[in-house]
Amino acid sequence: MTLLAARPSATTGRVRPRRRLAPGRPVPSGFLLGPLLLLGLWAAASASGWLDPRFLSAPWTVVTTAVELAESGRLQDNLLTSVERVALGLAIGIPAGAALALVSGLSRWGEAVIDGPIQIKRAIPSLALMPLLVLWLGIGEVMKVSVIAVGVLVPIYIHTHNGLRTIDSRYVELAETVRLSRAAFIRRVVLPGALPGFLLGLRFAVTTAWLILVVAELINSTSGIGYMMDLARTYGQTDVILVGLVVYGLLGLFSDAAVRLAERRTLSWRRTLAS
Amino acid sequence: MATHTGELIRVQGLTRRYGARAVLDGLDLEIAPGEFVALLGQSGSGKSTLLRALAGLDDDVAGGGTVAVPEQVSVVFQDARLLPWARVLDNVVLGLPRAEQRGRECLAEVGLAGRERAWPNELSGGEQQRVALARSLVREPSLLLADEPFGALDALTRLRMHALLRRLFEQHRPAVLLVTHDVDEAIALADRVLVLGDGRIAAEKRLDGGTSTTEIRAELLRALGVTADL
Repeated sequence: MTLLAARPSATTGRVRPRRRLAPGRPVPSGFLLGPLLLLGLWAAASASGWLDPRFLSAPWTVVTTAVELAESGRLQDNLLTSVERVALGLAIGIPAGAALALVSGLSRWGEAVIDGPIQIKRAIPSLALMPLLVLWLGIGEVMKVSVIAVGVLVPIYIHTHNGLRTIDSRYVELAETVRLSRAAFIRRVVLPGALPGFLLGLRFAVTTAWLILVVAELINSTSGIGYMMDLARTYGQTDVILVGLVVYGLLGLFSDAAVRLAERRTLSWRRTLAS
Repeated sequence: MATHTGELIRVQGLTRRYGARAVLDGLDLEIAPGEFVALLGQSGSGKSTLLRALAGLDDDVAGGGTVAVPEQVSVVFQDARLLPWARVLDNVVLGLPRAEQRGRECLAEVGLAGRERAWPNELSGGEQQRVALARSLVREPSLLLADEPFGALDALTRLRMHALLRRLFEQHRPAVLLVTHDVDEAIALADRVLVLGDGRIAAEKRLDGGTSTTEIRAELLRALGVTADL
């Protein structure tokens, strides 16, 4: 022991050279840095008068406008209308897409009948259907909800169907050896097996729903966040437009977070693998 | 505990063809209730084909012959084949209504008491195969079909699983058909060892203690086409 202790360690005397190729330590709260920098530039440009408010309002104007809009109730009313449209569209599109995927995934006849039309629909952007839907359904709520529902149906169908079809055939064989009934097979094997695909489809669906909503509200609309923004455009109110943009951004962010939370809850058997 | 209830398992003139090749060609086989039979054979000799025929998993394969098996048949695959999204106990009682209590008992029997709520991915390979054994046991099979169930396990785990399988067999006494490519495994576990060759039972050895295992081993290897001087 003494011998070992007396001998100076070869490594302690030298400082290990810093690795220079890696990007280095992560910056604390680094993801906020870029947005804050942009905000600072924007504020500075507005305060110095370099930025014309007709081109882009100052950040504090946007905040006060948002407060005014909220106080007058205009913001909430329009927000509620927008959320309602998306919720209704999702409430119709998600079950429809999932049901079609189940029928098409579980029977060859179902697939023959259903899969083709949906693949064709997939090639046509949902927004391109709007002129036709306006002719059929007018410019009211039914049209807007329909466009959203049809647009949402496709990603839900595609990903659920894919999830279903990629369920390992060994599990099907297992279900046969333990003599699962068809109902039990669907409940125990098919639905949980297709769930990851369905949830992936759900994330796409939620994003799609907001996207379609924006377009549906910018044309032919008399209420909603998009209408509020379009009206602001005719009066040149960039502050109101910015409030609308922020609201849309937050809605998209929150709904995606909600789906991811649902994903973590229901796919906990997978998380154990990842963690 | 040795209750030999149940009927004889009888296979007659079994033929299974993949394309022009007859993998099984007029195979006859009988397994007594409560008998442990091991089936040896080279790769591609049709071991798994025979097992799948007994399990009724080969509707899509051409062939003929008669297969008479008991009502309760359980299968243990080479992979544990647990549903990754179902907890261990739910895997064990899959498709059985109100069998939780029996399922817990079977898990305890394979040494996995307390792991009922675990996910299959959290278990080791050997533990997963134990769950698969419990899933078979809980169905109280008259015939247990096992397709190289320990093939993917390491040598030590395999030895432990041998002891477990033999103990479970002695307690529950199903007829067992164990497909394996491991001569020593067959000798260690079975009452009777069959060698599959040219689509039929080419050789058969009963392990009743009369002949020494070294001799039986040599004979089985010869029947498998492995020369003794290896």
